[in-house]
Amino acid sequence: MATAEATKVRAGAPPRPADGFKSITTVVSLAAPVVLILIVVVVIVTALPAIRTFGAGFLTSSVWNPPKEQFGALPFMFGTVITGFIALALALPVGIGVALFLAEQGLDRIRGAIGIGVELLAAIPSVVYGIWGLYILAPWLLQHVSKPLAESLGHVAIFEGPARQTNILIASVILSVMILPTLSSISREVIRAVPGGLREASVAMGATWWETVWRVVLPAARSGIFGATVLSLGRALGETMAVTMTIGNAPHIQASLLQPAYTLASVIANEFNEATGSLYPAALIELGLVLMLVTLVVNVLALLLVHRVSSEARA
Amino acid sequence: MNRNSRRQLANAVSRGFMYAFAAIALLPLALVLLYVVIQGLPALMHPEFFYNPERPEGIPGGGIANAFAGTLVMVGIASIIAIPVGIVSGVWLVEYGKGRTADGVRLACDVLVSIPSIVIGLFIYSLLVITFHGQTGFFGALALAILMLPVVVRTTESAIALVPGALREAGLALGLARWRVALQLILPAAIPGVVTGALLAVARAAGETAPLLLASLGNVFLTFNPGQRMSALPLIVYHDALTPYPDLIQTAWGAALVLVLLTLLVNVLSRLALRRQIRMAGRI
Repeated sequence: MATAEATKVRAGAPPRPADGFKSITTVVSLAAPVVLILIVVVVIVTALPAIRTFGAGFLTSSVWNPPKEQFGALPFMFGTVITGFIALALALPVGIGVALFLAEQGLDRIRGAIGIGVELLAAIPSVVYGIWGLYILAPWLLQHVSKPLAESLGHVAIFEGPARQTNILIASVILSVMILPTLSSISREVIRAVPGGLREASVAMGATWWETVWRVVLPAARSGIFGATVLSLGRALGETMAVTMTIGNAPHIQASLLQPAYTLASVIANEFNEATGSLYPAALIELGLVLMLVTLVVNVLALLLVHRVSSEARA
Repeated sequence: MNRNSRRQLANAVSRGFMYAFAAIALLPLALVLLYVVIQGLPALMHPEFFYNPERPEGIPGGGIANAFAGTLVMVGIASIIAIPVGIVSGVWLVEYGKGRTADGVRLACDVLVSIPSIVIGLFIYSLLVITFHGQTGFFGALALAILMLPVVVRTTESAIALVPGALREAGLALGLARWRVALQLILPAAIPGVVTGALLAVARAAGETAPLLLASLGNVFLTFNPGQRMSALPLIVYHDALTPYPDLIQTAWGAALVLVLLTLLVNVLSRLALRRQIRMAGRI
């Protein structure tokens, strides 16, 4: 109703003189889309020589041997995906727990403090997580988690020893801390958007808090939480510095979490400035292209999911 | 145990888990801050840490002045580029933000935020570093500006959206031109929120390492000239932490502490600005 009236009023108003303000601001606002398109085009164009040389074999080869000019992306795709998913598995219960806690009623002081604390987690630079992970968390994890795991469960492939200080496990743990703020703040918003009537109806039927959360609130917020999860996954896949400093940087594909690996982002950060010749840098840029495309797909998917929830909540 | 006490038990246990998870979430923050202070404070005790540039291992008196200068200059240039463009885009999104183009700008910002920063570094490298045969501080600043832009745009938009519609209607009813209403009435009312967004973007840029590795490379000499290679605080943390020399690792911890203090300071400032915005919005 209100919008219909507003349009009528505007339609009846005398025509305004040519709006220079509108044209100038419109042109300036195109900066973001133009830069985005430029990034995609430039990265694709620079990777073209590598794409032509290696063909599809680049994505399926697991050999990375720059001196012999053998370049395969598989070890890095493996490392990126496995650290991303382990980080997600670790962060998901904690993130949703925090989101439920923050979306509750009462205890405002504590709630405010925890909310600020989680936001500050997002403010700490990646490289600081890196140095902390490398010198503080990694030795501790090795002594108290990795070594005991390798000794007691070493016969299981994913805990095969000997445990190393920089490995998939520590990189995933650091990543899980880094994606926690994204996960919990978006999940909190989604949980808050669940209509209060649903919650009240459930409580009025005699359901406990947990039954309300598990059977009513979480199912209603399901697709939004899924969107938050996918968005966090996108974060984790693209994270560079903290992972580069803790994952051990070895281009191998093996099942053990206690062994080093390598990710798409960290191989670029680590090797690009030492890459000589023409093929080696081109191969690294192609890895960057793979990384960009994967994160683009993951993020657009997540945006669609979150958007659908917020428009459902509005309706 | 009957059914109801089982339900009560499940309820208590799951509530306990929720509180435990909320506490676990704060544990890494406390541990990171604690250890960065413990390990970094000894480096900050020497005043030359702040005014001397880096020195090779074994030579005492090294500092982070070169990184400080680099961060200052590069983040400064990036802010000069990204903040005005971002604010104008945010104003445009609110004033004329209906239709395909505006949705495209919003989507572009959301996607731009999510592109890994190392890919932005590759972009600057492919476009500029190869063309001009070498890294410079200015290229680093451009990479940082790209990272800052979408943050400034979206926070400006939501800050302006908080301004009550009556203010705009009052301005338009008085016959003010659209640009006057947008820039002299609405934007000033939203300034605290806009400042918050700009500060958050600055903090993000100051802590960013990956694109600088490719775009500005680093420099052990003190320079304020963005036409040369430049170091930055996060670059020092990364490079020195991975050396085997205790005095350089000490420098890395010191730089990490300075970096954390800077980001926390900016965060607190932005929070204060936001609080002002909320109070102002309540008054109007």
